[in-house]
Amino acid sequence: MKYMALIYTNPATMTPPDSPNFGRMMEGYKLANETYKRDGVYVSGDALQPATTATTVRVRDGRTETMDGPFAETKEQLAGFYILDCSSLDDAIRYAAMIPGAAHGAVEVRPTMVFDR
Amino acid sequence: MNGPAARAPIAEAIDKIARQDGGRLLSSLVGSLRDFQLAEDGLQDALESALIHWNRNGLPASPNAWLMQVARRKAIDRLRRSANFHAKSAEIAHLIELENKSAAADEPDPIGDERLKLIFACCHPALDKKTCVALTLRSVCGLKTEEIANAYLDGHEAMAQRLVRARHKIAKAGIAYEVPGPDGWAARLESVLAVVYLIFNEGYASGSGHHIRADLCEEAIRLGRLLTRLKPDEPEIEGLLALMLLHHARRAARIGASGEILTLEAQDRRLWDRAEISEGLALIEQALCRRRPGPYQIQAAIIAVHAEAPSFPKTDWQQIASLYAELTRTADNPVYELNRIVAVSYVEGPATALACLKPIAMALVEYQPFYAVQADLLARDGQIDQARLAYRRAIELSQSDAEKLFLSGRLDALVRGAPTGPA
Repeated sequence: MKYMALIYTNPATMTPPDSPNFGRMMEGYKLANETYKRDGVYVSGDALQPATTATTVRVRDGRTETMDGPFAETKEQLAGFYILDCSSLDDAIRYAAMIPGAAHGAVEVRPTMVFDR
Repeated sequence: MNGPAARAPIAEAIDKIARQDGGRLLSSLVGSLRDFQLAEDGLQDALESALIHWNRNGLPASPNAWLMQVARRKAIDRLRRSANFHAKSAEIAHLIELENKSAAADEPDPIGDERLKLIFACCHPALDKKTCVALTLRSVCGLKTEEIANAYLDGHEAMAQRLVRARHKIAKAGIAYEVPGPDGWAARLESVLAVVYLIFNEGYASGSGHHIRADLCEEAIRLGRLLTRLKPDEPEIEGLLALMLLHHARRAARIGASGEILTLEAQDRRLWDRAEISEGLALIEQALCRRRPGPYQIQAAIIAVHAEAPSFPKTDWQQIASLYAELTRTADNPVYELNRIVAVSYVEGPATALACLKPIAMALVEYQPFYAVQADLLARDGQIDQARLAYRRAIELSQSDAEKLFLSGRLDALVRGAPTGPA
């Protein structure tokens, strides 16, 4: 089954790229990526640019409307994701717990929808 | 002809089967159908169908096998009628094959026991605790949705919805229907034991007016016994069962004449259930022999010391204090420390104990028992005015009438100058 792991972190407490902790965090992601690939669960994954770069797209009456944002009021914002192919929720939770963002933010794990036909 | 008078015994027999064997039937059905909700619906259909058929012909030779076979057929029927029939055709073919291979309904009892899988699914940490409790009571214990709703003061509809959502999540989120392997075992077992103990505590000391809802306590004990049977040699399961039995043994002594909760000190120990105590003591001894201690075993050991003490003053408080210290090492919980301090007060006196309270005061600032303990220690130390203030704070924070009654009694005794603690 495929699971999406959505990584939510607080931009205010983000590790700055010039700090020694940043290197450690990136090491954590590297290790997670290697583990996922070694165990054959990795499908895809990426970090996202900050929420300030987001554009919302809506189609109304056939017309495309765009809008800056959303700039969520919540402290924790979507910062990245993985798609992992796991045999059960327990496995997905175990792999999600390896994401460094889980240690200070939160990771939401959701199975992808499978359409029968 | 079967009139209404003859109907009742059949309905009763069906209720009894649902209660006694429902969990085992359901666990086996989930195993073969691979769909929690479908298994639950199929079993419900089968029970309803049994009422009609058995009223006509009497009970079949093997009611359980009959129910299983009908439940599987009803499930196939439900799949056939479902909107995405074509998508399900492979699934249905598999089930029909299974159905053809499965034992005939006249075999004595061909049903396996997959309840351990069922329990681990119902108590999965990805479900919220209240949902785990409800699902376990419904699916493993075979309680009716209505009964669970009543016990938790919830609406029937809301409870039914909660159960449907939970079964849906188990299926869709990929919660595995299996007993966890060694790497996930400890954490998953902890979650199961927490749910069982939550059921027990809900029955034992609910803040909602009823003092003891013994039915939930008995349900939890029944679950504990089931777990020790399904997974023998697991000391924390034995520890939890011992803990519940030793608490439950005191039930007749816990409530006073005017409905107030009696402390251990005020309880008439002759009212304690000796059979349950000896069972609990034997269990905790057996668990501790396995040399894999854990929080439930330590808590049971503490209650065991109380159970063996001839009276409150003659309790081995030193032993209790050191067991609480050990418990604090398993989990950093200020409530354990509070209990250790109570034990210390009977060994080293109230003044020493009062000094120990300071470091945990901040963490327990909203916790009623903290003030009840503080008040008692202050009173025993002769600081009567301070003790009164602490009792008033405890009463303010209390959620239960029985508790308020007890605390007010203590406060009144203080005002009248009567002695409170043991000399």
